[in-house]
Amino acid sequence: MDLLSILQIFDSAVRLATPLLFACLAGLFSERAGIFDIGLEGKILISAFFSAGVAVLTGSIWLGLIAGLAGSVLFSAMHGLASITFRGNQLISGVALNFLASGLTVLIGEAWFGLGGRSPGLKNAERFLPIELPFAESLSGVPIFGPIYKELISGHTLLVYVALLAVPLSWFVLYRTRFGLRLRAVGENPAAVDTAGISVIKLRYAAMLIAGILCGLAGIYLATGLGAGFGKEMSAGRGYIALAALIFAKWRPWYALGATMLFGLLEAVANRYQNIDLGGFIVPVQFMQALPYIMTVIILAGIVGAAIPPRAGGQPYVKER
Amino acid sequence: MTGQDNNAERRENAAPAIELRGISKAFGPVQANKDISISVQPGTIHGIIGENGAGKSTLMSILYGFYKADAGQIFIHGEETLIPDSQAAIRAGIGMVFQHFKLVENFSVLENVVLGVEEGEMIRPSLAKARKHLKELADEYELHVDPDAKIEDLGVGMQQRTEILKALYRQADILILDEPTGVLTPAEADHLFRILNGLKEQGKTIILITHKLREIMEITDTVSVMRRGEMTATVKTAETSPEQLAELMVGRKVLLEVDKKPAEPKEPVLEVENLRMVDEFGVERVKGISFNVHAGEILGIAGVSGNGQAELLKILGGIANGTGQIKVNGQELDLTGKHSDGRSRRERGISHVPEDRQHLGLIMDFAAWENLAFGYHHEPEFQKNKLFMNIPGMIKDAEDKMESFDVRPPNAHLEAKSFSGGNQQKIVLAREITRNPDLLLVGQPTRGVDIGAIEFIHKQIIALRDEGKAILLVSVELDEILSLSDRIAVMFDGHIMGERMPEETNETELGLLMAGVTDTDEGEAA
Repeated sequence: MDLLSILQIFDSAVRLATPLLFACLAGLFSERAGIFDIGLEGKILISAFFSAGVAVLTGSIWLGLIAGLAGSVLFSAMHGLASITFRGNQLISGVALNFLASGLTVLIGEAWFGLGGRSPGLKNAERFLPIELPFAESLSGVPIFGPIYKELISGHTLLVYVALLAVPLSWFVLYRTRFGLRLRAVGENPAAVDTAGISVIKLRYAAMLIAGILCGLAGIYLATGLGAGFGKEMSAGRGYIALAALIFAKWRPWYALGATMLFGLLEAVANRYQNIDLGGFIVPVQFMQALPYIMTVIILAGIVGAAIPPRAGGQPYVKER
Repeated sequence: MTGQDNNAERRENAAPAIELRGISKAFGPVQANKDISISVQPGTIHGIIGENGAGKSTLMSILYGFYKADAGQIFIHGEETLIPDSQAAIRAGIGMVFQHFKLVENFSVLENVVLGVEEGEMIRPSLAKARKHLKELADEYELHVDPDAKIEDLGVGMQQRTEILKALYRQADILILDEPTGVLTPAEADHLFRILNGLKEQGKTIILITHKLREIMEITDTVSVMRRGEMTATVKTAETSPEQLAELMVGRKVLLEVDKKPAEPKEPVLEVENLRMVDEFGVERVKGISFNVHAGEILGIAGVSGNGQAELLKILGGIANGTGQIKVNGQELDLTGKHSDGRSRRERGISHVPEDRQHLGLIMDFAAWENLAFGYHHEPEFQKNKLFMNIPGMIKDAEDKMESFDVRPPNAHLEAKSFSGGNQQKIVLAREITRNPDLLLVGQPTRGVDIGAIEFIHKQIIALRDEGKAILLVSVELDEILSLSDRIAVMFDGHIMGERMPEETNETELGLLMAGVTDTDEGEAA
């Protein structure tokens, strides 16, 4: 295998990992605040739909971006309402949102476009296009570094770079700011936060807002960056894979980057090599395509070792004496 | 109140650090605090003593902004202060060390200390400042804790110090400690008291909530006694005695008349030898106790709750593990192995009416007939065949039991939670007593039970004794112990302090034993 093919696989891995990374960081913020967020999937889907739909209707990717974010943040707010304000079961609320997104996107899509839930293909102005970084062409002659820069680092859409920047930013927010300290505390022991005179409810809503924005970016990238239009159920389980990656990453931003890149790589390999011939034994394409999901099951089964989730995760906070 | 009054009060040096006037708080029909007034001078240690459920914690939660009082006023250093939330309490200079610590387990001591009082958006400057300040506090008050240690790696004593540091870092000058020694070893408790005395010398005001008389006598300047939501007395510690406090705390209640014949004890049924138990926090709860209960006898275990009685019952009932030797009818009981469970105990002729009937005795959302079969549901009479249970038979059996135990309403289909406390207790008793056990374990049989049902429950227990069964009764109600028991053992701090015959003792003597005061102690004090 030559350098170029390897670079192309990694390049593809980065693109495929981007929505996972956004969703994983979204889950990280909400779960670190003590709210299980199984509704990542639904939020990806709803923002993918609204970003592509509004981009088609208005011809502007920026309006699409706003619509996608609004959809996802709205879903996040509903999850917050159910699980923070009304202290409902967070898993059920999340699952309900997933169903709602699944049905709503097809219903509105059919009403708007009449294409069976799909959106029409996006024109260039309605999409996030790859950005050619400076000197990509002129440096391409430099051995090793040139191709890496041109093929792997350059030529992604804006959102890919945003996702990569979101990792150090998340780390900084969580571990270096007052907000981050309180956020991590509220997911571990909300009573400690409450007795310190800080509002548990406000903190958790703030976390849901951040999760909504990040998850929105995942969906927007999916429909307008990676793809060129909305397709029915196009989130395809990415929200759940992001949750698996989150556990794999032990709820840490840098680990989240590694975990989602691994899943992205698996998907990239499956896409490029249909049937892999291992000395006479042919690994069928279906197996390769199923690999990310199989990995998810293995990770969730706890093969990666004990990952300790935030202690107050999943429990609504009820004041006690 | 006008601003001028405020200033006038502030100028007075003797303004109490805390003054509560007429505080009342009800939870539904339960009046947790009734018209409580209290005044604590600055630079003193004030004890609040009372049994569990007396309303101490509710009162302190009101002071810390967790609950809003239905009525009453709070004055801090002479100024009326509203405390709608914890932030307001902190601003007013009140720090609270809860019985269950409010610490983030995977944070360092330092992070826990600054949480909520960070300066600015970034945490590093706050952490650096706190590190410096903690060192000063540590030197000043003997409060050494490694600032970088994670809470989960620290013992309870260190965690408690972290809580105190948290309060001091927030510049609290009034410190409330809720049952601070409950989880501490005696050495840790001694150290805590040294710290508290140091704080007092620096002019801090300390409120110590406890049910342990000895602590009150040892460290407080003044003490208030609470009973059933009311403040029954406030006295200077130097002018009172453990006897007086015990009386105030337990309350002089009319003894319930219990009609019973003298006991005719026969052979020992239960023989306990050097029983020990260490709880999940590594604290020894039962510290090597030995006693016997004979057939046809009620042994009453008296003691303030939290002194190992609950654990004793749990070991005997097969709910907790212990070490030592227990024999029932001469046969040894398995204390840790696979025959140490509740079912094995029932098969050995031990029935258990647990202290906490709503959690251990009943399933509140299940019907009475189901609750009346639990634990015995595998018995042949409840089986239709190998696959199915005999549900009509179970309902019929439940109805019979409910009738003979006078459970009201006698409706076997009603959920357990729909019955009153007394009737819930009758359901548990009916289930356990009708199994004709050799040994009956009863914990707090009349806690939360109305007077009418108390009488009935007492009669049932005595009737079982008269049939020649052995009964172990654990109760915090001294008059219940005195009127039911044929022999009384008093537990304190995991030990049996002594045994008395009910006709040869009185509440005062038992109260002293319950407080861990023995004759030799008094000799030392004098």
